[in-house]
Amino acid sequence: MTRRPLQLTVNGRPQEVFVEPRRTLADVLREDLELTGTHVGCEHGVCGACTVLVDGLAVRSCLMLAVQAQGSSVMTIEGLERDGEMHPLQEAFRDSHSFQCGFCTPGFVMTALAMLEEGQALSEDEWREELSGNICRCTGYQSIVEGVQLAAERMGVGQ
Amino acid sequence: MKPPPFEYHAVASVEEAVALLAEHGEDAKVLAGGQSLVPLLALRLARPAHLVDINTVSDLASLSNGDGLTVGSLVRQRVAERSQAVRSANPLVAQAIALIGHTAIRNRGTIGGSIAHADPAAELPAVLLALDGEVVARSARGERTVPAADFFRGFLTTALTPDELVTGVRFPAWGPGTGWSFQEFSRRSGDFAIAGAAAALRLDRNGVVADARIALSGMGATPVRATKAEAALAGQQPSEEVWAAASQDAVAGLDPPSDVHGTAAYRRHLAAALTRRALREAHARSEVRS
Repeated sequence: MTRRPLQLTVNGRPQEVFVEPRRTLADVLREDLELTGTHVGCEHGVCGACTVLVDGLAVRSCLMLAVQAQGSSVMTIEGLERDGEMHPLQEAFRDSHSFQCGFCTPGFVMTALAMLEEGQALSEDEWREELSGNICRCTGYQSIVEGVQLAAERMGVGQ
Repeated sequence: MKPPPFEYHAVASVEEAVALLAEHGEDAKVLAGGQSLVPLLALRLARPAHLVDINTVSDLASLSNGDGLTVGSLVRQRVAERSQAVRSANPLVAQAIALIGHTAIRNRGTIGGSIAHADPAAELPAVLLALDGEVVARSARGERTVPAADFFRGFLTTALTPDELVTGVRFPAWGPGTGWSFQEFSRRSGDFAIAGAAAALRLDRNGVVADARIALSGMGATPVRATKAEAALAGQQPSEEVWAAASQDAVAGLDPPSDVHGTAAYRRHLAAALTRRALREAHARSEVRS
C-alpha cells in the first residue's frame, strides 16, 4: 500500500514519518516513533488504555488513523515529565498507589490530564464518570480516583 | 485487530466527497469521527476499498439556530454537548448527547456519524425520530431532505444511497415551555444502552398534555416511535397513572432482541420503566404558559 508523509508534533517535537493510511495513531506512536508508553489494549475503543491528547483533547489513539493527525499536536504519557521531574499527576498516582500492573495507567493519566487542564473542579462522582471510559483490571478504581483528586488538589484546580 | 488496506481520500469539500462516493458507490465509506467505523475496520466487519475522510471539510462543522436547530454533520458530539446554542435551542439533544460513550469518544464522534451509523441503541437517532427531525443528504445528483420517520430502515441501515453524504441534521423549533427527558440504562456508564427513552412534553394553559413525543432505543432494528402512547397522552391531566399507562402503551407489541444482556421481556419491562421516568422528568421540566 502507498505510504503517505505525515507531519505532526509529538510532545513538542516536530516529527515526519511515512505511514500506510490504515495504520492507527496508536501504532505509529508506538512502532514508528518508539513511544511505547501509549498502551494498546482492546484496539476497538472500549478500554481507554491508548488515550492520548490530540490538540489538547483526550482521544482514543486506536480509533484515529495516524494520517488524520496531519498537522496536529499530540501529547503522550512521555510528554509529561519535565527535566526528569514527574508531572504532579504522576506523583499523585504514585503517592496514592493508583496502579498495580500499570497497563491501564497511561490511559488514565492522559484522560485525567485533559480534565485537569480544563481547570474545572469536579466532584468525586464527576471524576468517576469522566474516568469510566478507562478500564482497570487490578485496582478496583478507588485508588485511581483518589490519585486524580489528590493531583487536582495539589495543582489547585478549580480554586 | 488492524484495519484492512483501503484507498484513503482526505477531501477538502463536500463536492469532492460526493464525487468520490458517486465514483466508488458501495466500495466507499465515509469516515467522520471514526468512533464506530474504525472499530468495524479493526474487527474487519467492514472492508471498504475506499475511505472518504470528511474531517477536513470545515463547511460541515457549523451549527445554526434559527427556525429550529441545524447541526452540520461534522460537529463533534462534545462541541454540541457544551454549546449554549444547542442547550437553549434543544435541551433534549444536549441531554442525550452527554450520554454517548465517554468524553474521549465524544471529542471525535460526530452528530452526522451517529445518525448515519443508525445503531438502534444509540441516543441521537431516537431523539431525531421523537422530534420529527430531518436528515439533509447530498450526492452528486443534488440535495434532499429525509424525515427521520423515513430515514431509519433497519439495523445499521438507513435511507441513504451509497453515493449520499449526510451534510446536516435538523431539529424543529423547540416549543416554549416544552419539558424533555432522555433516560437509558446500561450495565456500565458509557456502554451501549440496553434500552432508552426520549420524551418531550408540552402542556396547554390548563396544564393538560397538548403534545407528547416518545421514542425508544434498543427495542428493535431501528429506534421506535411510540405513536399509540403519544396519542393516548394528548388531552390527559398529568399524573403517575397516566405516565404508567402511557409507558405500557409504548412497549405494547414491541419485539426487542433477546441476548446476553437481557431477554425481550426484560427489555420491554425496562423500556416501560424508562418511559415512565422520562415522562415524569419531562413533566417536571415543562412549564404551563398562559
